[in-house]
Amino acid sequence: MAAEPATWSLLSPACRAMVGKQISAMAIFLALDNLRMNHDAYPDNYIREILNTVKSIAMVGASPVNVRPSYFAFKYLAQRGYDMIPVNPGHVGKNLLGKPFVASLADIGRPVDMIDIFRNSNRIMPVVDEALKLMTLPKVIWMQLGARDDAAAAKAEAAGIKVVMNRCPKIEYGRLSSEISWMGVNSRTLSSKRAPMPTQGMRLSLNRTSVSGGETAASDRAAKNKNDLS
Amino acid sequence: MTDRLPGFSTLAVHAGAQPDPTTGARATPIYQTTSFVFNDADHAASLFGLQAFGNIYTRIGNPTNAVLEERVAALEGGTAALAVASGHAAQVVVLQQLLRPGDEFIAARKLYGGSINQFTHAFKSFGWNVMWGDPDDIGSFERAVTPHTKAIFIESISNPSGSVTDIEAISTVARKAGVPLIVDNTLATPYLIRPIDHGADIVVHSLTKFLAGHGNSLGGIIVDAGTFDWSKDNKYPVLSEPRPEYHGIRIQETFGNFAFAIACRVLGLRDLGPALSPFNAFMILTGIETLPLRMQKHCENARAIAEFLAGHAAVAAVNYAGLPGDKYNNLARKYAPKGAGALFTFSLKGGYDAGVNLVSNLKLFSHLANVGDTRSLVIHPASTTHSQLDDAQKTKAGAAPDMVRLSIGIEDKEDLIADLEQALTA
Repeated sequence: MAAEPATWSLLSPACRAMVGKQISAMAIFLALDNLRMNHDAYPDNYIREILNTVKSIAMVGASPVNVRPSYFAFKYLAQRGYDMIPVNPGHVGKNLLGKPFVASLADIGRPVDMIDIFRNSNRIMPVVDEALKLMTLPKVIWMQLGARDDAAAAKAEAAGIKVVMNRCPKIEYGRLSSEISWMGVNSRTLSSKRAPMPTQGMRLSLNRTSVSGGETAASDRAAKNKNDLS
Repeated sequence: MTDRLPGFSTLAVHAGAQPDPTTGARATPIYQTTSFVFNDADHAASLFGLQAFGNIYTRIGNPTNAVLEERVAALEGGTAALAVASGHAAQVVVLQQLLRPGDEFIAARKLYGGSINQFTHAFKSFGWNVMWGDPDDIGSFERAVTPHTKAIFIESISNPSGSVTDIEAISTVARKAGVPLIVDNTLATPYLIRPIDHGADIVVHSLTKFLAGHGNSLGGIIVDAGTFDWSKDNKYPVLSEPRPEYHGIRIQETFGNFAFAIACRVLGLRDLGPALSPFNAFMILTGIETLPLRMQKHCENARAIAEFLAGHAAVAAVNYAGLPGDKYNNLARKYAPKGAGALFTFSLKGGYDAGVNLVSNLKLFSHLANVGDTRSLVIHPASTTHSQLDDAQKTKAGAAPDMVRLSIGIEDKEDLIADLEQALTA
């Protein structure tokens, strides 16, 4: 899990250009280049679509220790029905919640939809390079909370891969389903629609209708400042 | 593209709440239950181990309280919040996460009298030592910083004086000292001032006052701004070190930018126990829906009454930051441009006896020890809350013998002015 930087309330320069100049050459360029994201502020629908369409997730840096954040996220996503694959060369031969560890992305031996990287920012690039060598490219590369490498992101996006940085899929799932609201967390969503009935306890559906709610701009700024300094 | 953000009044009505998935109920249901069933043994273990989001027991969390928590977090621009039984409980829970015995925190000298008592006496018995800073002299905060300092505590608008604090200046001192700034935003409410926008790391409230707003329910809340790095310098081991009661989880590493709110819940509230009743949470939520409307009226009335009193022959002085020429008017314009709140003091030319007479002659203003009600309230501190002090001590405490404190309600201002007029001349 770890910290998430929430949406910035400011429009991205790309969006401002499109709104301000309507169909300028810049806007056409940006509209065509629709995989280039503003990584400071992901729209909820971008995240929701990713979490709704990916089925298999390889988690690089997954830990079998049941108090580690990667274990929490792995277990949560497995319980939500994702086909989880733990990737960690230090634990080959062991299982994580019944799933055998593999040493590398190449060892998975089948296509995966998303690669979720539990690594520090300075260790992201080799994983992205490894992902780009796979026979079938992943649809999404996701870097965990605290991890951000813009050069690695640009490389993946150039290959047509969607990128999310400095977020946690567990927190995002919990936020968009409003499940995280049980913990008093600002989900930054509002809804006047009845959510789908929970089928297992508190597990609410990702398909809840919502619009953007409150912001956490101060926290986002603090995270950005910290990232810029390190 | 980014998402469009809703305004304050929309958040005041909607944030945290949604139709109940089971029944379709549109108002937030009161989940008046102590406990919640588990799906199976693994679900129970996941909840107890903090691996899953969900409810266990109302002392730790409750769905009605959770709506209140998310709503106040959204209004303040924080990442998460924790509702507790009172504003005082919020202060204990916050400082319990930050201070060990022998540690210090710096608090503004101008505070609600109850907080001064709590900090001076109750917290001393925990080994938490308060040092005082004068919000009129920012350097006094800087000079009070020592290696043992763990936090700085101020009020955005202070009680009883109604003065406005220079939050940004004190936030700079806190940043330099490497400690979080805690702001009690009770009297301003996020409608008038959002301390997080000015550098606060933690916001606390007595919800009992303007947020609930109707003088009928006690409550407190802690808002996590998600701005402070608790793991830096290992100064806050509760958040950065493995927690033995949770098998070695590190709270900040696991919960990131809402780690402080989680620590307050799973360590503070769980172990100290000042849980908020879900019924009170429901009452407070209902109050918050009209917060913007009420605060507009509170401020409009307060300003009219301050102006009336300033021109009255029996009045010596009015201390309202919303009045041009007031010592705090510049700070009020900067931090609270929508209004300087509804609490202020004034002094009478007739001294102590005039104060006692005024209070007994008023017919609409209620004489009681609360603020932030729909009703207008009055208290003469020198003959009540501070009556045990001698005159010099009273003056030092901001409760001079001739001083009267008003909390202006949302009645028709003409009626409030008429009541004051007859009481001043009776």
